[in-house]
Amino acid sequence: MAETRVLLKHAEDPALRTIEGYKGYDGYATLERAYREMEADEILKELEDSGLRGRGGAGFSMGKKASFLPRGEMAKYLCCNADESEPGAFKDRELMQRNPHQLIEGIAIAAIAADAGHAFIFIRGEYDAQADILDAAVAEAYEAGYLGTDICGSRRDLELVVHRGAGAYICGEETALLDALEGKRGNPRLKPPFPAVQGLYGGPTLINNVETLSNVPRIVAHGADWFRGYGTEQSPGTKVVSVSGGVRRPGNYEVELGIPTRELICDLAGGPLEGREIKAFYPGGSSAPVLTAEEGLDLPYSFEAMAEAGSMLGSGSIIVADDCVSIPHMALRTARFYHHESCGKCTPCREGTNWTVKMLERVVRGEATPMDLDIISSVQDNIMGHCLCVLGDSMAMPVSAMVKKFRAEFEAVMDEASERFAAVQAPAETLGAAT
Amino acid sequence: MADFPVDPAVSQGRVPERSPELVPELHEVECPAELREQIETLMGRYPDRHSVSIPALWAVQRLYGWCTPEGIRQAAAVMRVTPAYLESVASFYDLLHTEPVGSHKIAVCTNISCWMRGGDELLDAFRAAAEGQDDVLVSGFECLGACDIAPMASIGERYFGPLEPGEAQTAIDQLLAGDDVLPGKALEKRPLAGDAPSVGGGGDG
Repeated sequence: MAETRVLLKHAEDPALRTIEGYKGYDGYATLERAYREMEADEILKELEDSGLRGRGGAGFSMGKKASFLPRGEMAKYLCCNADESEPGAFKDRELMQRNPHQLIEGIAIAAIAADAGHAFIFIRGEYDAQADILDAAVAEAYEAGYLGTDICGSRRDLELVVHRGAGAYICGEETALLDALEGKRGNPRLKPPFPAVQGLYGGPTLINNVETLSNVPRIVAHGADWFRGYGTEQSPGTKVVSVSGGVRRPGNYEVELGIPTRELICDLAGGPLEGREIKAFYPGGSSAPVLTAEEGLDLPYSFEAMAEAGSMLGSGSIIVADDCVSIPHMALRTARFYHHESCGKCTPCREGTNWTVKMLERVVRGEATPMDLDIISSVQDNIMGHCLCVLGDSMAMPVSAMVKKFRAEFEAVMDEASERFAAVQAPAETLGAAT
Repeated sequence: MADFPVDPAVSQGRVPERSPELVPELHEVECPAELREQIETLMGRYPDRHSVSIPALWAVQRLYGWCTPEGIRQAAAVMRVTPAYLESVASFYDLLHTEPVGSHKIAVCTNISCWMRGGDELLDAFRAAAEGQDDVLVSGFECLGACDIAPMASIGERYFGPLEPGEAQTAIDQLLAGDDVLPGKALEKRPLAGDAPSVGGGGDG
């Protein structure tokens, strides 16, 4: 099984980063046509008909999201979410590094549909090299007249700013991203109002992921039907999937949505390391409930199949855990991340992530009892759906899935650790009894 | 004042010299011209000047090595906001330092994928190699978005991996000598995973 490279087409050519290289592959031809000949409604319709679903995690229809923006004369904004920080996800990094102009063209075309005059790329601060590449590409696009005022003689203007974050996972949450972009601490906002109605600087704002926007030029160029020719009915298109963890060839692979998950993990990514077996995997980044190998490997890799299996496709990032990985330790590693990144605004998330870490530490140290596992599960239940954003849920979902599916392993770790504990204690007690 | 016992819990580090609730005047802060110019240029790019708080703090950090109280006051004077406001932003983000750190920064990823491939051991190796080097800041970091090169580290804001613990010392020596760091392990030089010659930990080539 080979890849189906659409977004990563020609990505092996380093010249693609420059505007000449990109134009050599017909780059910006769609932007020129869109600005000269197309109306906002035409573009919007094409995007809606294509069924393109958001590639950042939620999987919401991009065209529908854009159609929620109110019409009329007012300042509207477009934000590209490039704050890729979900453990396991590294596909936006590849897309920005290898083909920055595809993203810029996508943003410029989407800006017509959203009627936005100002666009921002919010890129995580750690992606310094990629932000430099984007800065250079944006400067080239301004120079060539694809950004700025009166683009291609259309009397439309678009300003595009690359905005570097400074290290906070929460800023990938769309309303926290808006706060960060407004120069505040990145705390999520209460929804509604949704950003499409009241977002950046109080104006209607369209927020889309890097990969989502990178899809826009080709959808507008070739049409919704062409796009629907890839993937499944409910998950059209291709997807750049990040595969990592216990596989031989970790990396980004672009495939049609709906291919068997086994092909992604075992063929493209090379399968488990020598002498190991796949035990479980996160199908959509660290916030997706883990699937055991038996549950997940033969499922089609699509939004609907993953949802049906009780997990999610999320950002399209697979982390493979082989039989050498201790699931309780993996749960602790996962929980620690969300505990560290919780912004602290909502109590269930702030306290829930904290207590989950403490309890899981007790589990791996052998100081817990089976009752603690039930308490861990109940804490997860009390986080889910009770916060402004889904950061807490993102810990609760995988942790509760691990406790449920691998309870025996948790109990074994506890038994083993408490035996070790008893072995250390025993001589002291004997001594105590003798005196 | 001097007779009161000092409680380190509340006075450690940063005692503002002046009331932080006031917007400082430019003539009070001796803001270097280049910093002022950078922040003013940035302010022109956004519909609202408050948006430049993170970029302005980046500029302060580039100039002084960390977000110094003086630097924050200078940026606040240019932006016409209170130093307390900028301080609240600086303290929220992991990459902005509100206390002195080494000028060479190394972040070693210890998140799930890197942990599975030896990220903890790599962090230990970097910590040991940087022992006694005050100018090098080594920190364990959350997912840096490069699980394909696990275990990896960000050295001087560039990504390198997959790394062996034995390479930590080499990397730090090269960094301090001003040489190219581990040229063979730079992320930017890697081909797409699907185009790479067959690799893997299994040993079947």
